[in-house]
Amino acid sequence: MIVGIPVELNPEEPRVAATPKTVKRLQKQGFEVRIQKGAGTKANFSDKEFEEAGAAIVPTAKEIYSSSDIVLKVQQPTEAEVSEMKEGLVLLSYLWPAQNPDLLQKLADKKVNAIAMDAIPRISRAQKMDVRSSMANIDGYRAVIEAAFHFGRFLNGQITAAGKVEPAKVLVVGAGVAGLASIGTANSLGAIVRAFDTRKEVAEQIESMGAEFLTVDIDEDGSTSSGYSKEMSEEFIKAEMELFLEQAKEVDIIITTALIPGREAPKLILDYHVEAMKPGSVIVDLAAPNGGNCVLTKPGEIYTTDNGVTIVGKLDQLPNQASQLYGNNLCHLLDDMGKAENFKINMEDDVVSRAMVTYNGEINWPPAPLPVSPQKPKPVVKELTEEEIKAAEAEKIRKTTVSMFIRLAIIGALLFLIGQFAPADFMQHLTVFVLAVFVGWQVIWNVTHALHTPLMAVTNAISGIIIVGGLLQITDDITSPISILAFFAILVASINIVGGFFVTRRMLNMFKK
Amino acid sequence: MISEHIQTAAYLFASILFILSLGGLSSQESAKRGVIYGIVGMVIAILATVLGGDVHGIVYIIIAIAIASVIGIIVARKVEMTAMPQLIAILHSFVGLAAVLVGFGSYIDPDSQALEGVEKNIHLVEVFAGVFIGAITLTGSVIAWGKLDGKIMSRPLLYPGRHTVNIALVIISIVLGVFFVKAPGTEGMIYLIIMTVIALYIGVMLVMAIGGADMPVVISMLNSYSGWAAAAAGFMLGNDLLIVTGALVGSSGAILSIIMCEAMNRSFWSVIFGGFGNAPTASGSQEIEGEVTSISHEETAELLKDAKSIVIVPGYGMAVAKAQYPLFELVELMRKEGKTVRFAIHPVAGRLPGHMNVLLAEAKVPYDIVLEMDEINDELSETDVVMVIGANDVVNPGALDDESSPIYGMPVIRAWDAEKVIVMKRSMATGYSGVENPLFYKPNTDMLYGDAKDSVNKILTRLRS
Repeated sequence: MIVGIPVELNPEEPRVAATPKTVKRLQKQGFEVRIQKGAGTKANFSDKEFEEAGAAIVPTAKEIYSSSDIVLKVQQPTEAEVSEMKEGLVLLSYLWPAQNPDLLQKLADKKVNAIAMDAIPRISRAQKMDVRSSMANIDGYRAVIEAAFHFGRFLNGQITAAGKVEPAKVLVVGAGVAGLASIGTANSLGAIVRAFDTRKEVAEQIESMGAEFLTVDIDEDGSTSSGYSKEMSEEFIKAEMELFLEQAKEVDIIITTALIPGREAPKLILDYHVEAMKPGSVIVDLAAPNGGNCVLTKPGEIYTTDNGVTIVGKLDQLPNQASQLYGNNLCHLLDDMGKAENFKINMEDDVVSRAMVTYNGEINWPPAPLPVSPQKPKPVVKELTEEEIKAAEAEKIRKTTVSMFIRLAIIGALLFLIGQFAPADFMQHLTVFVLAVFVGWQVIWNVTHALHTPLMAVTNAISGIIIVGGLLQITDDITSPISILAFFAILVASINIVGGFFVTRRMLNMFKK
Repeated sequence: MISEHIQTAAYLFASILFILSLGGLSSQESAKRGVIYGIVGMVIAILATVLGGDVHGIVYIIIAIAIASVIGIIVARKVEMTAMPQLIAILHSFVGLAAVLVGFGSYIDPDSQALEGVEKNIHLVEVFAGVFIGAITLTGSVIAWGKLDGKIMSRPLLYPGRHTVNIALVIISIVLGVFFVKAPGTEGMIYLIIMTVIALYIGVMLVMAIGGADMPVVISMLNSYSGWAAAAAGFMLGNDLLIVTGALVGSSGAILSIIMCEAMNRSFWSVIFGGFGNAPTASGSQEIEGEVTSISHEETAELLKDAKSIVIVPGYGMAVAKAQYPLFELVELMRKEGKTVRFAIHPVAGRLPGHMNVLLAEAKVPYDIVLEMDEINDELSETDVVMVIGANDVVNPGALDDESSPIYGMPVIRAWDAEKVIVMKRSMATGYSGVENPLFYKPNTDMLYGDAKDSVNKILTRLRS
């Protein structure tokens, strides 16, 4: 089977759908790889490198589209590109099916089987092919680097001979993959990082990346079963806006990453927020392609407002790195589809069936819903008041006390019964026995887990004390039955004593600090 | 010759030393002192008995002890640490055997024949009970030894109605006991012998019904039984030292059993009555999502090179492959490079309580980097790489979230919290409990197939180069 990679026509797109490394990988999967001349130039991959990796260099896109069985792309194809595609071609690319119904129709008319990489469902099995995650990770990193570039100061705090430098304060809005990547990057550059998200469940992830989780005083959770957040109530948004205003006065850098699927990005940073920020501050709006989280964002532009705040509405995507990760995502998907030898479009498969937006001339969109981050339904826990908790505790204590009394009464009665009949001698032994059990109980609980094996060996040794029985029974006449029994009792008990102590010592000598 | 009072005082002193000896095991530092206490206590006890008058056949005593010492030392020196469970099991059987012998001896002892009335009855009950416990301990331990040594298949042997049979046998034994107590002189011998045979059979069946991985519980249980057998012997001989020591050992074993049961989330009673080891077949378990990814030795080495903190979770598979030696070299190498390397030990890892600790100690792993499950579980989320070596059920996330899992409720090491998990395993076979392990399917888990020792050695070579 032939896999083809054309040049990306969009001048804004520096990425390429394969790198020399993924070309090697594709060949390992059994594919023959053809790549259009100059496809990797913008991402710093030369044709020579591709050739060395084993790909055939093809001069035109037309050849790619007519001869390949599978085409790998980054940006959605143009009309002209679609018209060059052969029937039955499998296309792997970003397609944004919700926004591009016309494109889907054209692909379906051409009988192209198109997989929208942006429609890969976000389930754990599909993580390795989830291009949105892998790209968001890069965006999150790059957002911080971009912000640091436009921000005229250090991010980390320092105390130098020339004076003290305050650390920069960074606010990250939206803690998805990109947000978390931003938190991690900003944190490692030494900034003080705070993060906001409407989903309470991400608080732990935010804190694990080293940021402070900001929240408003309203009990509303934005989590949904799709893993994205939902739109919040008016009351919540009001509180959120107040929080942002407070933060805007304080922070130096704001990075926004909030997206609600299928809609324009929510407007979270309003004009008065920007106005409140100090001159020299930076806003990086990762939602710019979807309209932006900041009302003042100009998608595709970087500019400075009148009050000196730089708003970044476009981002360089680290084309080399991004191509590599994107290429890997594609390889993983092809892996899943059976590699070259068993290549098959399995519409039963959860991942393929949802990402395959056109199949056999039919449009297959929107797909059946599939809950993503598998969450358990939250158990409804009734909040107990303090009195109720106290009452429950008191009740528990009362119950234990009662059952303890009953048990002790039974034990007392039993002892009394035994005392009635048993001779004094026996009672004395019983006393010793019971007390010894209690002592043993207390002592053994203190033994450290690590020494349980030596404990067994040493108890083995001291239970050899049964030798005393043999010693008391043996007589001078070794041929009498009792002496024979006693002799063997002494013999085996001694093996226990000697062997047990010896092996315990041997073990304990091994434990070294 | 010393007087009876002095002898009693000596016994009391020996008892104190035994208690201190066990108490010493609360930490590695005091443990060695504890063993000295134990040895001194034992010497005092034996000397006090022998010198207490009333003891005959000194020559034979010396011969028996001399032979036993030679055997004991040879065995204790030669035994490999991986074979420690077998040694412990066989030593338990000796205590059981001694209890049976002492019981029979006590029955035919002319002194005890002279007893009358209630005293005689109580004595006979003590003899009967002592022999019963001793016999169960004897065969139970022998079977446990056979299973651990691979001489007997470790699969549990179950037959229908075995509980009924066992109960019936116990009832028969009690009836025999009544006849035994009523019989004049030594005429009850036949009942005692029949009961012994029954008890020996019960011992066999009890342990045959239990599978390989439940051995830590069985061994602790037999440890406990051997203590009770010694205590019973103390009652029949009217000897307080034996009673005290037996009670100490008995409760020690019982506590170990409880700890092991808690660690496996099994009820204590189902263990005492045996037959708890019916290996559950994976039934109605959750569908596992995800797929198994494997990793090569080279990639593992690369991963370890980049990791800052590493936690190793060893299991019985490490013991089988004897991977602890190269593992120690690997650990040392990584520690020299400034990485944090620690071991996480599950309470029931291995075939004996504390088995992993002894194996690691043998390989010279310092004990302060060997941590318990509870000590390390919360730190795993800050760990870069967790290496699971020959362990399976103790790292099964199903125990926490899959209610249909047979091991649901058992506390486990949360390896999956770490950034990356590498599972060294011979194949994709299920663990002892027969349960699929969803850990292997997690996206951050990679499988490294092959013999554990071999794999560790290969990683070691890569890291050195």
